[in-house]
Formats: sequence, C-alpha cells, structure tokens
Amino acid sequence: MESRAVIRIEDVWKSFGDHQVLRGVTLSVRNAETLVVLGPSGCGKSVLLKHIIGLMRPDRGSIVVEGKDVTRISQAELNKLRMNFGMVFQGAALFDSMTVGQNVGLPLREHRLLKGAELDRLVDEKLEMVGLSGTHHLWPSEISGGMKKRVALARAIALDPDVILYDEPTTGLDPVMAEQINWLIRDTQHKLNATSIVVTHDLHSACFTGDRVALMDDGKIAFEGTTDELRTTENEAVQNFVARGHIPLPGESRKRGECDLDEPF
Amino acid sequence: MRNSSAIAHAKPRGLLGGSFSTVGRGALDLITEIGAAGLLLWRILLAMRKLPRSMPLLIEQMRRIGVESLPLVMITSIFTGAVTAVQAAYQLKEFVPKIYLGTAIYKSVVIELGPVLTALVVGGRVSASIAAELGTMRVTEQIDAMDAMAIEPVRYLVMPRMLAGLIMLPILTVFADVLAIGGGFVVANLSLDVSPKTFIAGMKLFFFAHDVLGGLFKAFVFGGIIALMGCTAGLRTVGGAVGVGRAATRAVVASCVLILVSDYVLATLLFKVIFGE
Ligand SMILES: Nc1ncnc2c1ncn2[C@@H]1O[C@H](COP(=O)(O)OP(=O)(O)OP(=O)(O)O)[C@@H](O)[C@H]1O
Ligand SMILES: [Mg+2]
Repeated sequence: MESRAVIRIEDVWKSFGDHQVLRGVTLSVRNAETLVVLGPSGCGKSVLLKHIIGLMRPDRGSIVVEGKDVTRISQAELNKLRMNFGMVFQGAALFDSMTVGQNVGLPLREHRLLKGAELDRLVDEKLEMVGLSGTHHLWPSEISGGMKKRVALARAIALDPDVILYDEPTTGLDPVMAEQINWLIRDTQHKLNATSIVVTHDLHSACFTGDRVALMDDGKIAFEGTTDELRTTENEAVQNFVARGHIPLPGESRKRGECDLDEPF
Repeated sequence: MRNSSAIAHAKPRGLLGGSFSTVGRGALDLITEIGAAGLLLWRILLAMRKLPRSMPLLIEQMRRIGVESLPLVMITSIFTGAVTAVQAAYQLKEFVPKIYLGTAIYKSVVIELGPVLTALVVGGRVSASIAAELGTMRVTEQIDAMDAMAIEPVRYLVMPRMLAGLIMLPILTVFADVLAIGGGFVVANLSLDVSPKTFIAGMKLFFFAHDVLGGLFKAFVFGGIIALMGCTAGLRTVGGAVGVGRAATRAVVASCVLILVSDYVLATLLFKVIFGE
C-alpha cells in the first residue's frame, strides 16, 4: 500500500470580507485513497475544494499537490496540474450553451485528445457509466437536477484524471441512483487508481466510498480517521454531527442495486 | 445608475452633497472597472498565441456581434442620414449653396455619425448581452468549471468576443455609412429639392480617403471597447440575478462613456495631429 500524500493542505486560512471561513485547515490525502469530508452546511467544504484546484487563493497557508504548491505556481503550471484533475461542482455547473454530449466531450475536444467518431464513442461510454446513455443530444435545461449531477460526474471523469474532487455527488438523487453513484465512485477509484475527495452529508455514502473520513467544523478539521474509527470515536464534534444520523456497519447495503428505504437521510 | 434613487430619497439639505457623493462613487466604480479592463486586455494579448484553436468560436461571435446587429444598424443609419439631410438643409438655407448639402452629409456621416452612432447602438445591444451571458456563467460556476478543466476562460470566452468586436464594428460602420448617406440622398432628392447630380458633386468636392479611414479606425477601437467592457463586467459579476443585471448595466454605461471619451481623443489625434494640415 502506497501512502505518499498527493495532496497536503497546511494551515489554510480564508476569509470573505470579515467572514472567516477557513481557520487553519490541515489535511493530507494519500495516493489512491478516497477521503470523505463531512461537515455541517456552510462550514467551508466547497471553499476547501476550490482551494485545492486553485480556483481560490488562501489568505495564508499552502496546498501542495503532487509536489507543487498550487498557491504559488504559474498559470501554465496550474493548468498542467488541472489536466490530471476532475471536479464535480455542487451545482453541477454544466455549460448551458452546450448539449449534454458536448459538455462531457469539451475537455477532450479542447485539449485535442480526441475528435470525431472516437470522441462520440468515449462520450457515450462515459454517459453510460452514469446511467445516462442516449441523452447526449439533450440540453442541460431539458434534464432533471439529478441528471445534471451525473452529467457533471461524466464530464469530470472524461479525462481519466488522477485526482477527482466530488462536491456532494449524491445530494438530490433518489436512493437507487445515489447507490449507483456510490458504486461509480468506487469503481472509478479502482479502475483509474485515482485519489478522490468526496464532500458529502450522507453518512452511508461516506462509509461506503471512503477509506478515511475528515470532519470539518468551525473552519478546522475536527476529526480525521478511518471509517472504523469514525464509528468508535468519542470525538465530540463527530458525536454532534452524527447524533441524528446512523453510521452504517461494514457490509451493510453494499450490494449493487440493493437499497434500504428506511435509510435515515 | 444609482443617481435617480439617491436623489429621490435624499432630504432637501443633503440633496447636493448626496448627489456629489453618488457621482463620486459612480466615477470611482468606473475607474475600477477600467483598471480591470486593462488587466483583462493584457491577458487577452497573452492568449492570442492560441488563436488558431479558437477560430470556430471567433466565427460564432462574429455572427452574433456583427450579423445579428445588422438590422438595428440599418434602421438607425437610414434615419440618421435622413434627419441629417433635413437639419443640414435647414441650417444652410440662404447662406450656403445647395451643392454643399452633399458635402455636409458625407463628411458628418463618415467621420462622426456613422462610427459613433453604430458603436452606441451596437454597444448597448452587444455589451449588455456579453455581460449578462458571462455574468450568468460566473454565478452558476460555469467559469470555475472551465478553469478547473484547464480551459482558460480568457481564451475560450473573452478573446473570440474581443476579436469579433474589433473586426465587425468597422464592417457594420461601412454599412451604416452607405445607408446613412443613401438616406440623406433620398431625402435631399425627394423633399429638399437637391438633384442627385448636385448631391454627388457635393460629395466629391472635398472627398478625402483619410476621412473614411479615420472613421473606420474609430469604429475598430469602439468595437474593442464594447467587447472588452462587456467581458470585464461579466467576469466581475458577483451575486445572483441581481448581480447579472448590475453587470449588464455596468457594461453599457462603461462602453458608452468610453466610446464618447475615446471619440474625442481619437478625433484630436487623427484629424488634428496625424491627418491635420
Ligand atoms: N465567493 C464567496 N464570496 C463570499 N463568501 C463565500 C464565497 N464562497 C463561500 N462563501 C462563504 O463561505 C462559507 C462556506 O461556504 P461553502 O460553500 O464552502 O459551504 P459548504 O460547507 O460547502 O456548505 P454546503 O454543505 O451547504 O454546500 C459560507 O458561509 C459562504 O457564505
Ligand atoms: Mg458546498
């Protein structure tokens, strides 16, 4: 097992005006692991993800990705790094002037990796992976919120990235679809041997997809550990966060297609 | 932008002070906007190396900025020419021979009215639409998404619009010049009793190629201003639908002000310094 840290976030601070959002976040993500980030709404999870991919600059601190500090490197280097990244935005962020197929194919087309029939075939393949085959001609305004989320996911994995950032990939999906996406995250992880960060509110999804879990609270990492440690920890922030939830046991509801309608959430 | 409401709500004693500070804030916003536009211009220049890759995008923008503005430009310029003829005839009557009507119309259209009016009407239409489009993309994180996949928004979105503005405004101005002079010509003929022969003789009387070139150069600059201010306002959008609306307003205000200011600067530069006797 490799345990080299691919992403090392060190003492990152960020404020918007006088609203201090991140207050010294320190977190490492190891090679080929899936780290789940939990935390109450508005605690800065999305902001943290945007820092990792260089869309926001911290007020203080450093974020080292594959040996390079994204807060210091040039635009060209950042773009090179981003070629190895995929990101699913919380709001999907599909380009509404393009069809579903064009959305998924855009990174491949723009970076001149594929074109013509080959591109179409890959787009269809990625859409099939998220359960949306035959939708490539639809416009984002014609599909549901959950479908948008899945198109965003297909787009994020189009370049077969080494690092994938998922911002609430299963929020707004029905339990069956959520389960399918959880599987997809795990499959992608295994197939691409990718390093992933999954931001979620869904404890079931967290335990199913994650190797390790971090809990954000008050702009800091309040807990970091394996999913097993999450179940047994006495940590107060974890206790507060999961008080209303239910941490699934290993093996629970892990078969493809199976879903538990009594699931809290 | 905010003048009317600020004045409407101000107490009588604070009226003048209030409007001064509103004007001050407006000017400061405009200066900030122009500074941001300058930075963006630099980034556009850097992105120019990747122009070949953006050709299809450029053609699409040329269609949207140029071709789709044509009906508006046609109507504006025909009537501008017509009204210029009527007004010029009224002013010149009894002092100046009829032959100079053609001269007056041709000169005023080619040097001033064609480029400036085209820029103002196209600016209102195009800069607002660019700002609203990019602004919506900004607030829905589409621009972040593009950045995240290593596609530079400046190359993909801004540069094609900028080049399309620079290319299409002179072309639209040629249409406007021809139609405005045509409008003046028809009115002169039908209701002002100036024969076609006299009108054309008047146009030829002081025809200088550099009048036309100067006018088209101004249109070129105005085209850049329209696209640049639209993109700047769009990319700087914050907030939701209200923010997008503000961005569109900022774009129109900034492009109109800059068109008129640069018109003065260019007129001085071109017709006094460069072409001047
Ligand atoms: N661009 C921005 N400008 C100003 N404030 C921002 C900006 N982005 C985020 N914030 C603030 O930062 C805080 C954290 O936002 P963030 O979107 O990261 O929350 P989150 O943890 O992802 O929440 P959720 O689970 O609801 O998605 C919020 O209070 C928000 O108001
Ligand atoms: Mg979020």
